[in-house]
Amino acid sequence: MAEVSINQARKFYGTFEAVKGIDVDVADGEFVVLVGPSGCGKSTLLRMIAGLEDVSGGEIAIAKTVVNDLPPKDRGIAMVFQNYALYPHMSVRANMSYSLRLKRVPKPEINERVNRAAAILGLDDLLDRHPKQLSGGQRQRVAMGRAIVREPKVFLFDEPLSNLDAALRVQMRSEIKALHQRLGTTIIYVTHDQVEAMTMADKIVVMRDGEIEQIGEPLDLYDHPANRFVAGFIGSPAMNFMQGTVDDGVFRTSDGVEMARVGSSEATTLGVRPEHLALSDEGVPLTVEMIEPTGAETQVAGKIGSQPIVGVFRERISAWPGDMLHVRLDHEHVHLFDPGGLRVARSRSSAD
Amino acid sequence: MSSDNRPSAGVPIGAVGKHAVLIFFTALSIVPVLMILVNSFKSRRAIFSDPVAFPGPETFSLIGYHTVFVRSNFMDYYVNSLTVTVVSLVLILILATMIAFALAEYEFTGNKLLAMFFLLGIILPVRLGSVSMLQLMVSLKLVNTLAALICVYTAMGMPLAVFILTQFMRQVPREIKDAARIDGANEYRVFLLTLPTIRPAIATVAILTMIPVWNDLWFPLILAPAPETQTVTLGAASFLGQFLSDWNAVLAALSLSAGPILALYLIFSRQFLSGLTAGAVK
Repeated sequence: MAEVSINQARKFYGTFEAVKGIDVDVADGEFVVLVGPSGCGKSTLLRMIAGLEDVSGGEIAIAKTVVNDLPPKDRGIAMVFQNYALYPHMSVRANMSYSLRLKRVPKPEINERVNRAAAILGLDDLLDRHPKQLSGGQRQRVAMGRAIVREPKVFLFDEPLSNLDAALRVQMRSEIKALHQRLGTTIIYVTHDQVEAMTMADKIVVMRDGEIEQIGEPLDLYDHPANRFVAGFIGSPAMNFMQGTVDDGVFRTSDGVEMARVGSSEATTLGVRPEHLALSDEGVPLTVEMIEPTGAETQVAGKIGSQPIVGVFRERISAWPGDMLHVRLDHEHVHLFDPGGLRVARSRSSAD
Repeated sequence: MSSDNRPSAGVPIGAVGKHAVLIFFTALSIVPVLMILVNSFKSRRAIFSDPVAFPGPETFSLIGYHTVFVRSNFMDYYVNSLTVTVVSLVLILILATMIAFALAEYEFTGNKLLAMFFLLGIILPVRLGSVSMLQLMVSLKLVNTLAALICVYTAMGMPLAVFILTQFMRQVPREIKDAARIDGANEYRVFLLTLPTIRPAIATVAILTMIPVWNDLWFPLILAPAPETQTVTLGAASFLGQFLSDWNAVLAALSLSAGPILALYLIFSRQFLSGLTAGAVK
């Protein structure tokens, strides 16, 4: 039983409001990812949950206990940091057992818990080494081991993979996910990398400027972004946005290029993901500026009218900069936004 | 500078120049020490007739060392100096690391002011307060005790130590302290955890504060000149008289006095090993 509920949490630094009244409910055993650009308040929120930052307003409860005034050690949490934060003068075993030794847990039990955590993470052979003798991935695994040993109610991860190289990041990503499935403990995970968020989360909280933009399951955010920010943040390469107006149920760009039938709407922005463009013999004309083949797919950057657009196609395309391609917009996957950036529902009639 | 990247046959001019300068300054600091050491093993006549010569079979003499050990309480001075230096050093390091941790870690009203206060101690020469210090020691009945010297030296070493250590404490990654707090460490344990990461800084401070204490003549002279509390420097100075100076004894005492400080220096400089914090954070 370790749900986390955050109720109108606020954080002020002087007069600057870093976290502006946030509500999040995390169910027991859920993997929640806080994601957003740097400076959006996600790390601050995590540190408030951990007890490393005071809560300026609102309430944070872990397992139904309000923890606002509890010190970090009494909150039943364990945290993994971006830069590992291992104790440099202690061996791996000492690093992992530090919290238990402070709590005066009997030695046999300490050994058992450390050995069990080491086995889970494949650290058995490294227990007598010091942090400086470990690689980045191993260090982060030790940091996770230090967290596991405490048997917390909630794991907090603060960008744990950002210091690792790309290949290792993918590997550790699946390890953390497997760990979650194995332990079933609630996890709150902060990252600025939307790919990490998409692949790991049960639920994603997208934040910007101290406020929540949208909460939802990964695919939900991908398919139905609540606003232009979420639409642009989730998905890689990012969604294309075309400025224009709706006339007679047809969205035309500001250059007058006819994009798609959308029904009557107030929309001034049309969003379409690169992967939802399809090549066709006739359709929207696209001037090619750059082609990047990756083998599995081909990424085309170009312009529709004067507005930039990126498309990702399964086909192999032989075209040169300056060539003209024709694309069709996948009708189901066109997103519309009003001048304020909020999602505009398409009228039923045009959806079919 | 310009020769660094240029491939050239033989030795580049720039390197020669650099080495010449380095050798010059090395000689400047080593030669006097060497002269002291060399002359301390010579007879009085030989010291004056040929100061730069090495002791030969004719001129070799241990008379200086004999005077130092037999005719004065040099071993007592030694013990006094060591006691004062080591106790002051330990006090300075304990107090300064704790102050530095507080100044770097906690936000409280007057934090900046307190830091400035310690900075002031670096700027103002401590000897300006000699008279009032003597009055204070008289009232405290601490004159002619080693405790008087320890108090003064601890206070004297504190500003620089606090200043340097605060800068280093600020650089200790916040995450290590956070991790320790989450692991259940109280503030004393968090403090203790930061110490290994700033070990090189502590060693630097130790060396910087220890040498002036060991070499000081002023405060032993005014606060503790009694025979039983004399330090090595004061002991050595007593061989220098207004009309007659026992140069053999002075040189021998000076040579001997360098020993312990050299040993302490070697102990602390071993702590400069780089990469001590490697592995803690990225």
